[in-house]
Amino acid sequence: MQKLGDFKLPHFFNYPPYFTLQPVRETSEKQIQLWKELILDYCRIQKIFVIRLEEEFPLFSNSVVERTLSHEAREAFLSALVAEGRAEWLDKGRRNCLILWHRIQEWADIIVNFVKDNGFEDSVMTVEEIRSGIESRGTELQGIDRTILVRALKLLEHKGKLAIFKGTSTDDEGVKFSV
Amino acid sequence: MVKYSREPDNPTKWSYLSMLQNLEQKKSFLISRKKYPKLIAAGMSNFFSKAEVTSSGRPVLLHNEVECHLLSAVDLEPEDHRHFSLLKSGLLILTTHRLIWLLSSSASTPTSASAIPLAAISHIFSSKKSLKSVFHSPRIRFQVLVSSDGRVFDPSSGSGSSSGSGSRSVVVTAVIRGKGDCDGFLVKFWDSWRARVWETTKISSSGSGSASGSGVATGIGGGLYSSDGSVRMVGVAGILRKEQEMWESTDKSLQDAFQDLNALMSKAKEMVMLAEKMRQKLLSGTSSQTSGTNDEDMGSKEEMQDWLLSVGIISPVTKESAGALYHQQLSRQLADFVRIPLERAGGMINLIDAYCLFNRARGTELISPDDMLQACSLWEKFDVPVMLRKFDSGVMVIQNKSHSDEEVFARIKSLVTKPEALRTGISPTDAAMTLGIAPAMAKEHLLTAESKGLLCRDISPDGFRFYINLFPEIDPCNMYFVKDYGICSTWIKAVSTTALRSEANEEEEAGILSPSSSFISHDNMTWHFVRGHVLGRRGMRFRQIVADWFVQAC
Repeated sequence: MQKLGDFKLPHFFNYPPYFTLQPVRETSEKQIQLWKELILDYCRIQKIFVIRLEEEFPLFSNSVVERTLSHEAREAFLSALVAEGRAEWLDKGRRNCLILWHRIQEWADIIVNFVKDNGFEDSVMTVEEIRSGIESRGTELQGIDRTILVRALKLLEHKGKLAIFKGTSTDDEGVKFSV
Repeated sequence: MVKYSREPDNPTKWSYLSMLQNLEQKKSFLISRKKYPKLIAAGMSNFFSKAEVTSSGRPVLLHNEVECHLLSAVDLEPEDHRHFSLLKSGLLILTTHRLIWLLSSSASTPTSASAIPLAAISHIFSSKKSLKSVFHSPRIRFQVLVSSDGRVFDPSSGSGSSSGSGSRSVVVTAVIRGKGDCDGFLVKFWDSWRARVWETTKISSSGSGSASGSGVATGIGGGLYSSDGSVRMVGVAGILRKEQEMWESTDKSLQDAFQDLNALMSKAKEMVMLAEKMRQKLLSGTSSQTSGTNDEDMGSKEEMQDWLLSVGIISPVTKESAGALYHQQLSRQLADFVRIPLERAGGMINLIDAYCLFNRARGTELISPDDMLQACSLWEKFDVPVMLRKFDSGVMVIQNKSHSDEEVFARIKSLVTKPEALRTGISPTDAAMTLGIAPAMAKEHLLTAESKGLLCRDISPDGFRFYINLFPEIDPCNMYFVKDYGICSTWIKAVSTTALRSEANEEEEAGILSPSSSFISHDNMTWHFVRGHVLGRRGMRFRQIVADWFVQAC
């Protein structure tokens, strides 16, 4: 089985037409579906949160069959992800895409579970600590993208589960849980 | 007593009818008249020479035979019914060798035709302009020699001498009910009959090699006047005279032309008004959908359309009409012509290629692309073996009606599932070579197969290639699963044989034992087993070897 880093690639990754955007509707629907699943799986395993279209992305090219996805194709697949709600464009020019292999709601649930598991119900933490603190090592929260984290926290704040406030240093924010 | 009926131009019919004594005879006679196609068939086989017709309904012309004129809605009447019965409403084609009559209707394609060789015609009557002729359809009367067995005298049959054996003759009248140029036809009829082209071809084919006999004034001997009386062109005087004559003829033709033009200009306004009235009548005629449109109405409408077209006005009724006669004949001719290029090209030919070939074959009197397109679209109405087809990409082709897309797809599928094609796909050139058609046509077929879901495209710096479509077999919820007997597993096997081979090469280079070496040890073990068994004491060593082998294999 072919691998990309630690990620196991499916057999059709070596099928050259897979890298050409198909015009026939039925075929292209299938193709888009397969690419969506592949992108989400890859990002989940490799913990990639943002895809930049201008840069090289290892999943989008295959050196064995010597094929690369065109810019148009990449945009098509990512737009399909955005339409499904599993991704978001970060800019109007559609150059950077945020991949939500967990939805924001799911991240929020993960944070709540994390808080409950570690007994942080009434304590205070900084955002940075949630991301890279000792407790979050080994969990899914480790290395989470800051944008996603802040969004999830805001969602929880809206639900009343915590409160966000400006911390002592200017560039970090604090979170008070009241789960 | 013989009573004249309301049809003064058909006295024979009514006189015969009134002659029949009893009612029964009259009834059966009238009924049999309605079955005229059968009678026509009977008449054709008994009296006329048979003329061959192509599959699209055009007559097959003899060697050197050229079409001169064409009239529609013509009846051929004999002076009496002994020779043949009335042939009604057909197409009369005048050629240099024969007069051909085709039973024609716009719906069906005629399968046979009857012909009168011009050599069998002994006399053409000049048309007498009487008061009667103003009121009814113009007629052309001519006398045809009849041989002893009741058939038209056929000069090519070789029986008897050239003119003596036809002792009897019958007067045939061609009644022109359509709107065609009757006088022009008559003039051409005279010309063709007098030219006797069939004889000159006989003379030339018998080996003399010189051009058509009359008219070449290369006189032997001197004198300004040659043997047939025309002035000869000799010396400077001759050149000057030639120039003078040319100038005079140009002048005369110019004068004639301008005379016509002046007359036309004065009548122009009236003509335009008349044309407008006609157009309105036609438009109103087709828009009002009367349930019982009888034949006469349709006939007169067609006549009007033909007349309008001959004056130069495009028919206002476009798609509903059967099309002008010119387009019908052109369409049939095109269907005939395109048969051979189609076979050569493998069943499908680009419309543009067909257009070029057709015009090149015509030589003069080229047709415009519009005419071509119209002729092709008329094929739907006729029963011809070819059809026009437009692909999604806009390319238009002519193909045989018997052509089957399914068969082509089957061939493409077998081509694209070969191991080589599974690995690298196929290009339009490969498909063209296998299917035996032009690369452009092959590409159209591949694109059609792609749109049906049979193939997938692959665009790369290497070019435009097609692979067999694997996507239907892949399940997005279970991406790593491969069915045992599907096309996916075939593809994986085909692709991985190269991969395995390259992996084995790498392993050998790295010094790791290749799979084949394990077989050598297996053979060794067999040998040891045999040996140990025989030698007994060495059985211990044999057991050791087996144990070692098992360890190694695991």
